[in-house]
Amino acid sequence: MRQKLPYLLALALLLGPAGCSKESKPSVKIGMNLELTGDIPAVGASSKNAAEMFFNKLNADGGVSLASGPMPAELIIGDNGAKADQAAATAQRLISQEKVVAMVGPNSSACAIPAGEIAESLKCVMISPWSTNPKTTMDTTAGVPKRYVFRACFTDLFQAKVLAKFTLNNLKAKKAAVLYDVSSEAPLAQATLFKDTFTAEGGEIVAFETFTTGDKDFSAQLTKIGAAQPDVIFLPTYYNDVPLIAQQARRLGITAQFVGSDAWSSPEIIKLGGADLEGSYFCNHFSTQIATDEAKKFVSDYTAKYGQAPDDVAALTYDACGLLVEALEKGGKNEREAVREAFAQIREYKGVTGTFKFEPGSGDPIKSAVVLQIKDGQFVWVTNAQP
Amino acid sequence: MDYFAQQAINAVQLGSIYALIALGYSMVYGVLVMINFAHGDVFMVSSFFCFLLLLVAPVPFAVALVVVMLATAILGVCIERLAYRPLRNAPRVSAIITALGCGLVIQNTTLSLSPYSQRMPELLKPVVWKFGGVSVSSLQVLIVGISVALMLGLDFFIRKTRYGMAMRAISMDRITVPLMGIPTNAIISMTFALGGALGGAAGVLYGMAYPVIGASMGVLVGWKAFVAAVIGGIGNVRGAVLGGYLLGAVEVFTVTVLPSTYRDLVSYSLLLIILIFKPYGLLGRPAVQKV
Amino acid sequence: MLRLDRPPSRGLLLALLAAVLASCFAIEQFGLVDDYIRFILITLGINVILCVSLNLVNGWMGEFSVGHAGFMALGAYLSACVSVKWLGGANPLWMFPLAVISGGLAAGVVGFLLGLLSFKTRGDYLAIITLAFLMIVKSGIENISYVGGPRGFLGIGNETSLPWTAAWTILTLWAIRNLVYSRFGRAIVAVREDEIAATAMGVDTRKAKLVAFVVSSFFGGVAGALFAHQLQFINPGSFDIVKSTEILVMVYLGGIGSIAGSVLGATVFTVLTQVLQPLGTWRMVIMPLLLVMLMLFRPRGIMGLREWSWFVPRREFEEKEKSS
Repeated sequence: MRQKLPYLLALALLLGPAGCSKESKPSVKIGMNLELTGDIPAVGASSKNAAEMFFNKLNADGGVSLASGPMPAELIIGDNGAKADQAAATAQRLISQEKVVAMVGPNSSACAIPAGEIAESLKCVMISPWSTNPKTTMDTTAGVPKRYVFRACFTDLFQAKVLAKFTLNNLKAKKAAVLYDVSSEAPLAQATLFKDTFTAEGGEIVAFETFTTGDKDFSAQLTKIGAAQPDVIFLPTYYNDVPLIAQQARRLGITAQFVGSDAWSSPEIIKLGGADLEGSYFCNHFSTQIATDEAKKFVSDYTAKYGQAPDDVAALTYDACGLLVEALEKGGKNEREAVREAFAQIREYKGVTGTFKFEPGSGDPIKSAVVLQIKDGQFVWVTNAQP
Repeated sequence: MDYFAQQAINAVQLGSIYALIALGYSMVYGVLVMINFAHGDVFMVSSFFCFLLLLVAPVPFAVALVVVMLATAILGVCIERLAYRPLRNAPRVSAIITALGCGLVIQNTTLSLSPYSQRMPELLKPVVWKFGGVSVSSLQVLIVGISVALMLGLDFFIRKTRYGMAMRAISMDRITVPLMGIPTNAIISMTFALGGALGGAAGVLYGMAYPVIGASMGVLVGWKAFVAAVIGGIGNVRGAVLGGYLLGAVEVFTVTVLPSTYRDLVSYSLLLIILIFKPYGLLGRPAVQKV
Repeated sequence: MLRLDRPPSRGLLLALLAAVLASCFAIEQFGLVDDYIRFILITLGINVILCVSLNLVNGWMGEFSVGHAGFMALGAYLSACVSVKWLGGANPLWMFPLAVISGGLAAGVVGFLLGLLSFKTRGDYLAIITLAFLMIVKSGIENISYVGGPRGFLGIGNETSLPWTAAWTILTLWAIRNLVYSRFGRAIVAVREDEIAATAMGVDTRKAKLVAFVVSSFFGGVAGALFAHQLQFINPGSFDIVKSTEILVMVYLGGIGSIAGSVLGATVFTVLTQVLQPLGTWRMVIMPLLLVMLMLFRPRGIMGLREWSWFVPRREFEEKEKSS
């Protein structure tokens, strides 16, 4: 018997999962591919909260209105751990096993780009709330936009212009240094595009330094940057890296202004960064201070439910879900192709983060941006930027 | 010249922390001929101990350091008792796998309990002094000072006290030593306690230097410190210190000339080259194999 | 006729293998299983190949190599280059096996170099060299922007199908089984048990080590190639120490020096990983904990050093029966 035990164990484990099957009512299954663990869990949490709030409300109002009648929506949440390969695997699982009709997320570009490839090849609609890297919706080998991948935010092409112009015109800074994570898609694109736009508009990039994801010690790069004496240091990197960089820069005696991208947007950055980030500026998709009426309602609902104000990821996810439901209802069917066709027809959408304008054939909305400043431990709205 | 001096200071700070952790690896290897793969995660957990302590009771720096060192020492001994002692006579590989498993358990428990990175509250307000073009922070001086003090203390302990002599004896001949009346189990537990305490100190100092702490810190820093221990000659206490500072210097100076993606490549290539020419590390003794 | 405690006759064995391959073809062609089950089965096949190939060095030869993910990486990246950049657009029927074989060969060449290094060092120091090798491969790939650097290699075709995976798995098991029961296999075991005595008896231990490393790394590379064409996206982060640790866990879980053990270990690991998904991060607490407990009670793994009779060559089995 002891000899046979290993075989029985293996057999049981193999057959076990096959044996249990779930009873399921018909529902519209929507997958979420989120950064719930890993380097930026605050991003995934925001996204999850906003989506749950949206769909709870929708289901309370009757669900998704399809041609065959209203159907409740079901959220299936997967974790990509903020890692590219895990994001690809989660996308595979959501699309092939869970058979979702569409996928929301991932948020970080490093995850969204590979997940987008999977979604495109498996012909399932994907909408990323927060990924700004142009490659997410672009089929890089063919050079044409992807058919199934959309996003709810502006791209880095626009963001870089906004930040470069702001740095030159509002901050009156002519010399900028850049320190970015070369091993991640979003920071790389933002850094390169910022450099191109800044120099094109007449500024000078005095230092262009890199680091790798997971680095804690930036003293070598910062010493080089300090020696170049920039007016501004551009840090297009996520909220968990920025505090360390800022602190080490200040300790080395660097007094330059910090400017960031939308990767900063989580309130965690204030908790982790403290006084070193006071006075810094960054670009964002959304500000609670200049909200429209609809947005104000969203902010108060979210704050009431989750105890803190929503950040841009939450707002964008809310809009992404809204866009998806609009596509589902216009298409009328709980089928991926119908959703895809309907989504591609959307030209204008009014969401919590502003007005979206989609050009035919493009998955990237044209939207305006805001610039925020970290002041007294809060995000303060400074100015708008129109496309 | 200023730039070089600045980078040298950074290298010494980083090297001190690597050295403290590397000592833990080397000491355990010396007495048990086992690579304690859980040590990196023990270092990570000590940062969290410090964070939790400061959350509950904002004590001054010296108190926090001592408390965390004690807590980590106890953790080290517990792991040894529960996971390593039963495998003392099992194939060596099982012990290594168990160590890996323990490390993973510690890391993922911390991750599950604290999925978000935490900010270490400030223990000391650093003063920045400027000598010409070079900035030196009082924090850097403190880190290096405490590390060196601990290392000297350990060296003294190993060379001049009876317990240290017992540790060295066990590392040379584990079978005969108990016959001489030396309580091997107690000495081995003490080794783990010392290694743990040093790792704890490293955790506190690291948390002060890089205040954003996360559960995956142990993997990144711990493996580097392991490499440092090996470069110096694993099992050799002075080698661990040498390896730590050498690795710190290599890492900092590589990034000054090459993009930071080359840093690991250079560090590990250096390790490989050193091992090819000196297979037992810079200060290691060749293991004699009896036939 | 069909007994589980005796190796089957050659005819029976071939018939069984043909049946397995045929059913894989049928499943693939007619979509008989869920997409997700298919994904898991392919992952299982890849894990079996990884586990058996690492077992050759860690189990039969008694070393402690932590660098297997590095061979996987080499195989993955080279096969991706072949299928996407160099032979992109060619008929996958001959292009894919070519890509996989080139991945395996690339890994094999590097395995040869590692084997050379193993002449001077053994034990813990060899383990550290394999660690250094793994980190160098990972770091090296991060700096080659031709293959996407740290951001990864996109756009790999979905070539790994169930029949291909089954074919490669069977081939790996067959090759390693034959190697282990050949004179090279006995030399490899001799290196583990007592290298100096073996050399004294005239066994060419150097050749044995080289053969072990090359075969092990070749199949590691093959697994990597299959992995790349399943996930359609690879980045250096997939091939780090965590991956190597997973493969190690599979080997020591199933049992060192046993082909059946490797298959068992890979199966248990793959299934547990999927079944425990709902636990989230606690999954990675439970699994190592189970491993630690296993090591405390069965230090050599579930099947440590014992072999299931089906994997033993007939002649060997009969001789053993006669002598006992």
